[in-house]
Parts: sequence; structure tokens; C-alpha cells
Amino acid sequence: MPVRRPHLAALLSLAVAGAALTACTEQKKDSSSDGSIQVNASDSACELSKTSFPAGAVNFTVQNKGSKVTEVYVYAAGDKIVAERENIGPGTKATITSEIKAGEYQVACKPGMVGDGIRQKITVTGDGAPAKGDPRLDKAVADYRKYVQEQADATIPLVQKFADAIKAGDLAAAKAAFAPSRVGWERTEPVAESFGDIDPKTDVREDGLEPNQEWTGWHKLEKSLWEAGAITDADKKLADQLVTDLKEWQKVVGTAEITATSMANGAKELLDEVATGKVTGEEDRYSHTDLSDFAGNVEGALKAYELIKPVAAEKDPELAKTLDQEFAALQALLAKYKQGDSYTSYDKVTEAERKTFSDAVNALAEPLSKLAAAVVVK
Amino acid sequence: MSEQTQESQDPTVEQGQEPKGSVSRRAVIGWAGAGVALGAAAVGTVAAATRSSDEEAEAALKAVPDIEFYGEHQAGIATPVQDRLHFAAFDVSTTSRDALIRVLKEWTKAAAVMTGGREVGTGATGLAEAPPDDTGEALGLPASRLTLTIGFGPTLFEKDGKDRFGLKAKRPEGLIDLPPFPHDNLDPARSGGDLCVQACADDPQVAVHAIRNLARIGMGVVTVRWSQLGFGKTSSTTPEAQTPRNLMGFKDGTHNVSGKDTPTLDEHIWAAPGDGPEWMTGGSYLVARRIRMHIETWDRTPLSEQEDIFGRTKREGAPFGKQKEHDAPDLAAMPKDAHVRLAHPDSNSGAKLLRRGFSFTDGSDGLGRLEAGLFFLAYQRDTRKAFVPVQRKLAATDALNEYIQHVGSAHFACPPGVRKPGEWWGQSLFG
Repeated sequence: MPVRRPHLAALLSLAVAGAALTACTEQKKDSSSDGSIQVNASDSACELSKTSFPAGAVNFTVQNKGSKVTEVYVYAAGDKIVAERENIGPGTKATITSEIKAGEYQVACKPGMVGDGIRQKITVTGDGAPAKGDPRLDKAVADYRKYVQEQADATIPLVQKFADAIKAGDLAAAKAAFAPSRVGWERTEPVAESFGDIDPKTDVREDGLEPNQEWTGWHKLEKSLWEAGAITDADKKLADQLVTDLKEWQKVVGTAEITATSMANGAKELLDEVATGKVTGEEDRYSHTDLSDFAGNVEGALKAYELIKPVAAEKDPELAKTLDQEFAALQALLAKYKQGDSYTSYDKVTEAERKTFSDAVNALAEPLSKLAAAVVVK
Repeated sequence: MSEQTQESQDPTVEQGQEPKGSVSRRAVIGWAGAGVALGAAAVGTVAAATRSSDEEAEAALKAVPDIEFYGEHQAGIATPVQDRLHFAAFDVSTTSRDALIRVLKEWTKAAAVMTGGREVGTGATGLAEAPPDDTGEALGLPASRLTLTIGFGPTLFEKDGKDRFGLKAKRPEGLIDLPPFPHDNLDPARSGGDLCVQACADDPQVAVHAIRNLARIGMGVVTVRWSQLGFGKTSSTTPEAQTPRNLMGFKDGTHNVSGKDTPTLDEHIWAAPGDGPEWMTGGSYLVARRIRMHIETWDRTPLSEQEDIFGRTKREGAPFGKQKEHDAPDLAAMPKDAHVRLAHPDSNSGAKLLRRGFSFTDGSDGLGRLEAGLFFLAYQRDTRKAFVPVQRKLAATDALNEYIQHVGSAHFACPPGVRKPGEWWGQSLFG
């Protein structure tokens, strides 16, 4: 069962004032007498009229002087989105209003709405010293955010392939495309499921349904493919729905609340997913592709760990050594079950082998539960 | 226990060695009481009343003394038997001798604080971002006479032909692989183990807390192979008291070895110098058997047959031909295949075992039958001369066999006690 978390909309409450405000600012033309920050966005530049200003409600007036549609983001440390505005057409203007606390930020213009954008540092001054984090951890968070986005981006074509096979009524192709379509999701599961309204639509299992909840997503399709062995018209619609829901996820995943400690605990949560759902064969009970999900969880945990390892290794070298060993041991164990691009069907994995997996997961997850504390220790 | 009082430590030394931040679980009650008292400070009489009832509660908890962890022999063998059991057998999953030693040292430290009613490590609090050192479910509970007893299985010394930890040469001859007995139906998933820890306490929460924390500390180095919860001791090391009953409703083991009977303990239970490797001197060999009872068929067995099977009366527990449970049994008065007659030392060249078994009930078995029986634990100086011949005899002819089946089995060498803080479980073996 996914863990329900507060809807991420709350995190976005700082962002984006609507068009009504734009009209108002429009009248003042390019004036900055109201304290608004002019942002000149072109295909190759992102210029701000000021890079230091007081905390409080801040207006950014963006003028797209380039030839491509652009978007502008205000990022806090770790590329946490503070404010954003998408779809600013060439030659048009837009305003972003946001309540910004004192601290260091980056403004990014993204011509073509792709990539990391052209970055500009800004300093917001005012009461309360800006939170001084370890810049290495800020970088780890930013890199992890990038990783999460990459996984989401890579998932869409694989899910599309899965959906296309279902819509074509091609049972064999759909079965083959099922496990790969889940890997990106599984690698980023703590972040993926943090969007409380997406996880129940895409990754819920039959016994996890709330009363009156319609069963949609991967596992419903899994049941049709493996248990019924037939694809219905309803399944074809569900396949489209899955793509739509995951595209929604792809769009919002970058806004997830991520910190160094949540990365560390997220890595542990990925192992917990394995320990409770995969090691029992409960997750993919029809297709028995549990080991593919299992591997995805471990890869995602390893990625998070590796990004914060430089700090962890300095603060707790023993722990880092243990984690290196246990990650390697678990990956070596998984590798034994790899068959080409896929893994041994989990119904062929004996009880004794499952115990070996369970022990290896415990051996890694227990020290991993200490990683968050190791990272924050002074 | 006499040897433990003799061995009691200089308290200052012991306190000096205590792990930092190891808080008394009882202190939690004290603090809670203080909070109440402060809140009620304006109403002096209420505050006083609260304080005094706290003191009474505190005194009541202290009325049952903790069982000393340190001593010549491990606690949990000759110690008066507690009400509850959590027994766990572990496999060592690493090949690193250093890692294993590290866990044994950490286990010893944790065992010393838990048997003293204190929290593991820095306790059930700490950094918000990390799980606490102690799992916390025993907070506020007294030590409940908790004892933790460790044993080493044959596979620790050699497994699949491999001497994983350089211990092969130190394996005691007496730590045999138990021979197969007729009617055994042993489940490998409930048998064997490289290590075991027996946790006994008067409160099941305390016993489970102890095993759970040790398992957690050991993760990555040891894994739980199987474990057993027990309740209702089936024999006692205080045979002067009333003998407890097993789930068949009978008193068995009336003449168990007394924990105070030093000569008998020395002769039959503790390994003596020259018995085997020196590291085992002062230790004892433990046989653990999970014995399933066919409860439903037993319950429809006529009373006379039940009594014939044991060789005792059901209500009083008197041996056949006698009046009281503690009367010396007249073996000849019992049927030839009666359980008591066959198990008695007089039928086994004087072989004595110190029994410490518990009843178990793990719900039902899917066929609606009670998944229940006796978790037999017996300590002895030499298993080859005690458990093996007795069990051979019982397996061959015991009338009880129709109603029981041995479904799990394990054998462990339990080293002598940890004599003082700073020493650790297995030091005599690994050191």
C-alpha cells in the first residue's frame, strides 16, 4: 500500500500568481518603481534587473525576447522550486509573484522549456540569517532532483510502448513491456508516491483499494495480461489512462520536497518497499516480475546514497564502508537472477532463496536507516 | 543463585563500565511522576499523595530483584525459571570473524543493560532523522527477572565442510550433531542454528523486546533462523515449589535439578575442567526440541489411559502407588512404557538433565488443530550421556509418542558466564 502524504499542492502555494496580476503590472510598462524585478529572457541569456533584493513578496516581470517558448523558475538550494511560470511565448510578458524568504536562490530561464536552463544567482536579504547548509548537500539534492526527473522522462516512452501493445491487443508484447515500464517509477518510489493522488491511480494493488475506488493502473493491467490472459476494451482505456497519469507525474515530480535527509531516508524506504512488498511476491503477484521492481528499488536507493556519500563518508566512514559492502552484496545477489534484460520469475524463487534476499535486504536497510542521522550530524 | 551472589561485582567498577546514556527504564515512571507532582504543586496535599503512590509503585517494581548478568555461569540456566520465553536461533551470514566478534561484544553490552532494566544504547530517543537505539516497547517496565543466555551451535565451528571462523579445532566433542531418533519429523526451518539466545522474563514484552533488539543489532552479521515464544514453564529449577503443568494437564519433571543444589549442578549440569575444551568450563550444553502435541486426540483419551501414559495421577500429580506429587516414585508400580518411568534417572544410569521447557501455542495449524506443545529446553554437562540415551529410550517405547511429535531440534554449547563488565559473550572461545 502506498503511504499517503500531504498533497504536494501545498508546497506549490508559494508559486505563480495568475493572469489577473499580469494585467495590472502591464500598465506600468517596464517600470520597476514597484520594486518588481525585470527578467530579460532570450534564447541565450537570462538577465535580471537586480540580483539582490529584500525578502517578502517579490514580483518578477519576465519578457521573452527570444524565439522559443520559455519558462522561468526560481530555485532554492537543491533546486527546490520556489516559484515558476511555464509557457511564456516569444515576444510576450508574464509576471511571477512569490513570497520569498531571505537566502540564496537561482533564477533559471529555460528557452524551449528544456534542460537546466540559463542560471542566475540571486540573494534575498532580510530578517533571519539565510539557512546555511552544506553546499555539497545542496548539490546532492539538486543532482537527485535531476535524477528523479530523468527517471520520469525515461518512463513515459516505456509506458507508451506498454500501452501501445495493449491497444494493439498484442498480449506477448504487452507482457514484455510491463516490467520495463515500471523501473523508473520503482527507482524513485518515495518521491513518485509522494504525490498522493497519482500513486493510487497508477500503482495500487487490488487489495489496496479504498471503498468505491475504481481499480486502475499497472496492476489491474497486470492481472488482465497474466491471469485473464485477455485484453478487453476497458483495458485499452486503462492503458491510455496510465500514460496520462504518468505524464502528470512527470510534470510535477520536480516539485517534490527533497532534502538530504529525505534522500537518505528515501533510500531506506526503497529497501522497506522491497522488504514488505517484493520479497513476499505480493507486489507483482500475477506476472512474478518482482525482481525487476526489486532491482529498481535498489538502484534508486544506491543513487540517493551515492549522491550524499561524500558527506556521509566524511562524517561516518564506518557506516559508509558498511553501506558500500552491503549494496555490493545485494547487487551481486540480484545479478545471479538476471536473465538477459529481465529477471527470474519470482514464483521460481524458492522459500530459502527468498530468505536469503530478505536477509540481504535487512543487512543493508538497517545501516541505511542510520544514514540520515550521519548526514545531519555536525 | 549462590554462585552469582558470590561473584557479585564491586558496584563502582560495574557502574563505571556501563555504556553511556544507558537510562533506567523505570526512570521513565519517575519522570512522569515528577511531572504530575509539579502540575499539582499548588495543591500540596495532592502533590504529596501523588508522590507517595509513585514511591509505592516504584517500590513494588523493585520488590522483584533483577537477576545478576555477570557471574561464573550464565544466568538463565540454574536461575529460577521465569514465566515467559522468547528463544531465537541465528545463522551467521558473514564470513568475517571480526564482524561476528563485534556483534558478540555489542550483544553483551546490550544484554547487560537490558537484564538490568535499562535502555539499549542512547535509549528510545535521539535524532529526529534516525531510528532510536532502543525500540522502546519495554519503557516503563521493570527488568522482570530477564535473563539472556547464549549458545553456540555445531555449524558455528564447521558448516558444509568449511571452517568459517577458524573455530573448527575448538569444537567440543560433546557438541555432537544430534543423532536421528525414531518418529522425529524435524523441520529444517525450525532446527539448528549457528547461535542461539534464550530470553526468559516474567513479562513477555520484556523477553520479546530483548530478542528484537539483539536481532536488530546483529543485522548484516547474523540472521534469525527461527524463533519460539513460550509461556507457562513446564518445569522449574525450584522443585520445592509446586510443579507446573504441561499442556496435557500433567505435572512432569517433578524431580528436576534444583538451582540451589550445587553438588548436583556440578556433577550433571556444568562442564568441568577436562570435560572438553577449556573455553567451555563452567558452561553447559543445551538441547532445544520443539515437541508438537496432538492436543485434540489427547483430550479425547480416557483419564485412565492418560494417567497410565505418564505414570502419575492427573489431579494430584502423585506417582503411581504414592499420595503426593513430591513422593519418591515407585517406578515398578508404573506401566513399563510410562513416560515418567522411562525418563527417570533410575532408568537411565542416573543421567540427569536440568529441564527448563515452556509450553507454546502458535494459534492453529490451518486444519483447526491447536498448533501447540512443549518447547523442551534441557541443560546438561554432556549431552551424549544425558539427553541422547534418555531420548533414545523414550523414542523407542514411550507410550506418549502416540500423542507427540518432535518437529524441531537444535544443540548448543553455552559458554560460562561473563564474569565482569568489559568481558563479552564468547570471549573464552574467540579470545
